[in-house]
Amino acid sequence: MELLVASAIGIMTAGGLYLLLRLRTFPVILGISLLTYAVNVFLFASGRLTIGAPPILRDDITRYADPLPQALVLTAIVISFGMTAVVVMIGLGAYLGSHDDHVDDLPEPDADASEGRS
Amino acid sequence: MSLFFIVALPFFGALLPGLMNSAGRSACAGVTFTVSLAAFIGLLTNLPTVLAGEVVTAGVDWMPVLGLNFTLMLDGLGFFFALLILGIGLLIIAYARHYLSRDDNMGQFFTYLLLFQGAMVGIVLSDNILLLLIFWELTSLSSFLLIGYWKHLPEGRQGARMALTVTGMGGLAMIGGMLILGQIVGSYDLSVILQNRDLIQADPLYVPALILILLGCFTKSAQFPFHFWLPHAMAAPTPVSAYLHSATMVKAGIFLMARMWPVLSGTTEWFVIVTTAGLITMVLGAIIALFKHDLKALLAFSTVSHLGLITMLLGTGTAFGAMAAMFHILNHATFKAALFMSAGIVDHETHTRDIRRLGGLRTLMPITFVIVVLAALSMAGIPLLNGFLSKEMMLEEATHTVLFNSPWLVPALATFGSLFSAAYCFRLIGHTFFGPVRDDYPSKPHDPGFGLWGPPAFLVLLVVAIGVAPFLAEPFVKMVTASVLGGEAEVPKAYFKIWHGLVPALFMSAIAVVGGLVLLAVFNPALRLWDRAPRPEAKTIFEALVEAVASLARRLILPLHNGAFSRYAAIGSVAIVVLGFHAWSTGTVGPATRVMQDVTPVSVAGWAMLVAATIGMVFLHRNRFLSLILIGIVGLMVSIGFVFFSAPDLAMTQFTVEVVTIILLLLALNFLPKHTPVESTVLRRVRDTGIALFGGLATFGLAYHYLLRDAVTGPISEFHLANSYKGGGGTNVVNVILVDFRGFDTYGEIIVLGIAALLIYALTETLLGGPVRARLLNRTPDAARAGDAHPMMMVVLTRVIMPVVLMVGFYIFLRGHNEPGGGFIAGLIVSIGVVMQYMASGFSWTSARLRYPYHGVIGAGVLIAGLTGIGSWFVGKPFLTSDFTYVRIPPFNEFELATAALFDLGVFLAVVGAVMLSLESFSRLARRAHVPDNEHPMDIDPSRDDKPVPGTPAAQGGV
Repeated sequence: MELLVASAIGIMTAGGLYLLLRLRTFPVILGISLLTYAVNVFLFASGRLTIGAPPILRDDITRYADPLPQALVLTAIVISFGMTAVVVMIGLGAYLGSHDDHVDDLPEPDADASEGRS
Repeated sequence: MSLFFIVALPFFGALLPGLMNSAGRSACAGVTFTVSLAAFIGLLTNLPTVLAGEVVTAGVDWMPVLGLNFTLMLDGLGFFFALLILGIGLLIIAYARHYLSRDDNMGQFFTYLLLFQGAMVGIVLSDNILLLLIFWELTSLSSFLLIGYWKHLPEGRQGARMALTVTGMGGLAMIGGMLILGQIVGSYDLSVILQNRDLIQADPLYVPALILILLGCFTKSAQFPFHFWLPHAMAAPTPVSAYLHSATMVKAGIFLMARMWPVLSGTTEWFVIVTTAGLITMVLGAIIALFKHDLKALLAFSTVSHLGLITMLLGTGTAFGAMAAMFHILNHATFKAALFMSAGIVDHETHTRDIRRLGGLRTLMPITFVIVVLAALSMAGIPLLNGFLSKEMMLEEATHTVLFNSPWLVPALATFGSLFSAAYCFRLIGHTFFGPVRDDYPSKPHDPGFGLWGPPAFLVLLVVAIGVAPFLAEPFVKMVTASVLGGEAEVPKAYFKIWHGLVPALFMSAIAVVGGLVLLAVFNPALRLWDRAPRPEAKTIFEALVEAVASLARRLILPLHNGAFSRYAAIGSVAIVVLGFHAWSTGTVGPATRVMQDVTPVSVAGWAMLVAATIGMVFLHRNRFLSLILIGIVGLMVSIGFVFFSAPDLAMTQFTVEVVTIILLLLALNFLPKHTPVESTVLRRVRDTGIALFGGLATFGLAYHYLLRDAVTGPISEFHLANSYKGGGGTNVVNVILVDFRGFDTYGEIIVLGIAALLIYALTETLLGGPVRARLLNRTPDAARAGDAHPMMMVVLTRVIMPVVLMVGFYIFLRGHNEPGGGFIAGLIVSIGVVMQYMASGFSWTSARLRYPYHGVIGAGVLIAGLTGIGSWFVGKPFLTSDFTYVRIPPFNEFELATAALFDLGVFLAVVGAVMLSLESFSRLARRAHVPDNEHPMDIDPSRDDKPVPGTPAAQGGV
């Protein structure tokens, strides 16, 4: 079971990294989302894997899953939505403004050398 | 009045002028004056204690770990400077009221001025050198604002930048020096440092500390070779020049030298550095001043020269030198501020400050003439005026000073400087006010109103009073000197007198005055000589230096930071993995302590789907819709994984977030291209695959490794499990952690979420307000639109289901404390319910039924959460302490009431608001894109028989 979770994290990370290195905004955003899954599962797994023991207190039960990583990951999931939304908005704005959805902003070949002077 | 108030008053008062701006110029100046006056009176209430030789202190611990405490102290020296700052500040405020024109933003000016005043008072009252540094930097910043107050003038901007650069660099050096000093003594409190002269001077780091601190002082007080910024700062409005560049800020460096005098002075290093710098500055400043044609430039260089004089006196390291320095600070502040204000009057009335275009003003502006003559003669060192007394003391001290083994060097140079000093004073009087009346003044000169000449006249009264009756100032100056000396030396017995007998100083004075008159007589040939002589232009050198540094930075940064995001991401990923590998290979790896758990067929199936979807995304990502579906599968499998591994709350959150994320991405994809073209080379893709596999393998290794080992130390979760019910009153430990144990974190999170949503809203507004709007309106959809935008089945279904969704949300919210659920999840569920209405019935129909704006919902959420936290203050508990009780209302079972539930309500509202605001913003872009947006959700509606009026929301209501 541990092998499955660890390999899932690894595969999601690899996929996320590959998409992150693409040249257009949309795949990069998907890559970030994949990485987010990987990181969230990774953080969650830091409480180690427990099957069938949710951290809901019951009178006759003493074995519970670690609640702390769960609480941290819960907020992380919600925040990552906010982050994704902002990144998507920025990407969309850039595309609408310039009709170009490349992520790389390479300087013009003959960049003005005097730029930055006041 | 407590010292705290004296320092705080200008800072808080700085809020007022801006508010009073619309109430008129007098009100604005009046409120500024009142604030300063209050601080001034507050200072005076401490006078009896200070006169008694005691030190007033006040302090609170701020960051004791760093040795940074908010401690203030008021002794003779601090009182003297605070008196100058606040007293002259009052005169300047009165003067500025009449000086600034109607076009100037007076509120802004006085706000800056008060900020500066507060920072200055802070410097002179600080007892902690770290606190002093903070105020020191504040004066640099506020003076930057003041010098550049006339933003439309390029000289103003350049002068402000130069002043900030020079004083800022000096400030940086001084921070280093002060930190060394604090390390040597082991305390950052001035009162402690000043007791440790021997310890400091014996330390090997004394010389570096001295040089660094002096760099700060010399840059601030415009000492050679940093004197060049001061004349350029004269682009500021004249009240600023009179205040900052004659009486206060430039004296901050001198103040610090005086403050540190007991511990730093007396060594050869101090004597040589300080005396030499002062002497050069004094002579150089005086020579340049004589040949300046701009009144303010002349005064600026004369200020440089006089600051050099004071520095030199402090450099000699004798008690008499210190006393002369203090006396001259007082005298210089009075006559120089008066002269600056008079220069401002001349400028104000004649519209020029160029001496070559003036002359003959004696009869046209008699009042100004009298003021200038008295102040300038005092500066030249004419008896019966206060400048004479301190200059005489300076010359007296010079005759006893032996620099570089030459008893003649200092007296000769001092006399030489005084000679030029006298010459420019005579030129100032002679070439501006005497001579024939001209007929080509840019504006017809006449004396201004009392508001302008009153303040300098008051200062000139002081000039004459001290000059005629020096014994008036003597006890005060001696008290100040005593606190400068700090017990390291006796206060000199010498009396302040006009007539000392035929001493060498008198002859030197006479030489200076006569020589000055002679020099003025041969001014024109001398000027021709001066103009022909080659001189380095400080401004050109400075600009070249700045440009050199900037181009170096460009050469260094641009090749590295070339805007290629994918390159940064690649370098970042590799660097993180390499660092992680380094940590891994240098640490110790324990044996596995956990047994691998058995694999079930179901979990393998879930794993296979997740892996297949991920790999599919990588290969099929060019088809964007398809990759969106695939990422949905990944999210779903992750949620199921959470359920499987005992995290029901996470599963619910992940699942609901998944839904809104996909909707969001769909909305975005509406505008973006639907396919990603092939652009990168094969080599590039191979490289990226390599990096991705490298990173994936590393994460896998790390995760697999720690999943088979227990934590090195026991996790703190045991505490949460044990106290969740007892302390938090809930059995769902995850929810109790969120709303109770770590409620402050959650509070921060909802604020961040709200900010993200507002950011999206703001970006949308910007897009819709700019050129993009036209493009959106004119765009033709790149795919065929649905024939039925709002299918009736869907409309009916979503409306029927809405109450159910709300009820589920309510239920999930209420049970959250004890069972899986809570504010986050409930918020997401309710958002999905509302989003369904948008999707089914259209934007306008839904917006028309929206009672509260989503910003308000976010705000209400944050407020409710915050107020719940504050509520615990009223029972004397720290922020966000929660409480709960069990109540029983007869027909129902006993149930629990917890303040945490109220907090969770805040979370709920913030989440609903944030999610909805983001999605709504996106759909607003879409809505503008294809304008004809039906007011009616359904094409067929039996309750409707009229056509909707364009522009009004559908008044018919729902079905």
